[in-house]
Amino acid sequence: MPATELPRSEVVEVSGVRYSAGPRVIFDDLNLSVARGRITAVMGPSGTGKTTLLRLLTGQVRADAGSIRVLGQDVSQLRGASLYALRRRMGMLFQNGALLTDLNVFENVAFPVRENARLPEAVLRRLVLMKLEAVGLRGAAELMPQQLSGGMARRVALARAIVMDPEILIYDEPFVGLDPVSMGIIVRLIRRLNDALGITSIVVSHDVREVLSIADRTYLLANGRAVASGSSAELQHSAEPAVRQFITGSEDGPVAFHYPAEDYAGTLLGTGDDKGRGR
Amino acid sequence: MIAAIRSIGEVFLFLLRTLAACLPALKRPGLIARQVYNTGARSLIIIMLCGLFVGMVLGLQGYDLLSRFGSESALGVAAALGLLKELGPVVTALLFAGRAGTSLASEIGLMRATDQLTAMEVMAVDPMRHVVAPRFLGGVIAMPLLVAIFNVIGIFGAQLVGVTLMGVDGGTFWSQMQSAVGVDDVNEGLVKSLAFGVACTLLAVYQGYHAQPTAEGVGLATTRTVIASSVLVLVIDYMLTAAFL
Repeated sequence: MPATELPRSEVVEVSGVRYSAGPRVIFDDLNLSVARGRITAVMGPSGTGKTTLLRLLTGQVRADAGSIRVLGQDVSQLRGASLYALRRRMGMLFQNGALLTDLNVFENVAFPVRENARLPEAVLRRLVLMKLEAVGLRGAAELMPQQLSGGMARRVALARAIVMDPEILIYDEPFVGLDPVSMGIIVRLIRRLNDALGITSIVVSHDVREVLSIADRTYLLANGRAVASGSSAELQHSAEPAVRQFITGSEDGPVAFHYPAEDYAGTLLGTGDDKGRGR
Repeated sequence: MIAAIRSIGEVFLFLLRTLAACLPALKRPGLIARQVYNTGARSLIIIMLCGLFVGMVLGLQGYDLLSRFGSESALGVAAALGLLKELGPVVTALLFAGRAGTSLASEIGLMRATDQLTAMEVMAVDPMRHVVAPRFLGGVIAMPLLVAIFNVIGIFGAQLVGVTLMGVDGGTFWSQMQSAVGVDDVNEGLVKSLAFGVACTLLAVYQGYHAQPTAEGVGLATTRTVIASSVLVLVIDYMLTAAFL
């Protein structure tokens, strides 16, 4: 964690957000904020809307109510060119890397620059190689995405996410499916890039240990809202049942193990609803 | 019924969005050329092979039919008109839907399923301009070229069977074709091939772009592409044939 306190300045402010996907309410009165230059983590069990939150922040979907301000702009009010202008100030690492499969590693990293800026080829080449060097994959520049391991693909995607020098870097489940070595590399890269480049990082994940090891502030989502927030130490010592259940991985707690269903005995004995499920 | 009308409306709106994206896409001729290669050049073998056999069958059937009336000399005209006005555009479009259409739909569908399209949007790159429009233009450009090649090979096939095997006089075969086939006949085929190019490519990119991001969804999009394209090609063919009469 950084030793010095940065001046308080929120680059992302989510207030009173409500969002539904069909009949299902994903967020109901969601409030959270992300401080400049810090790593803010958003944790929660699967299905709590972590990825949806990222889609809201990048303007891919729009909230039903409430406001989402990113870098001082209300995302839900932005359309077309102004939305794209905001996205150029943001980078995002997708869960599976989302590399363009018809381009090699070099061209994947160069892609956002080629599309959004006009740089001489020599400058672009140096820029891309610098970013690839930062993630340790300069030697893999000519490989195709199909030739990369999962960890390497994610590092290439990370190089691509930082190539436009974004102010905010968003990570969607960056630790999923990685071996311990790759995971350690990604954890250190997130911290190093955040501190060295002065980026504001938002990490969405359910990997408790890794997240708590790097996050300056963590939000825990459950039941459509942020039920707890604080530093890693504060969360680890929290008495809040939802936090305790998530941190310790308990089966019993506010998040139920069983999907809602009819009475078990009644279903087996044929006296209840024989479909055996309800909503 | 309402769902069908809604689908037609959605495809039409998608066509408008695609056309709007085509203008900026024209500034990137490299992307379009690559798609002409992917949809056109990579379909060449199957188009040429089918063109040859369709032409050979035309030669056989035409000879059999015309010889009953003692008109074998008109074989060249019959084969050329049949190919230029009807068989060339229709068979090429059906083959295009099966070969290039499915390829486009599954490629774009997989790009959707693997978040590549979303990644582009987040990188402030419009997938309509970068992915859809170049593929649409590539298909529309490739189709008339493929039809032209199909026709040439088909006429060669008809000549191979009619003249070389069945003994129709070569001079009559070519001279009658030259005197009876007009520019209007060629234009009819050209208009049909362009219309089929728009229909087949539009449906392929539409289905791919709106595919559910799952293996099943991509498979469904591919199947729908072939079925919808084939039906639409035959419907448009009837309408254009009626319009040209």
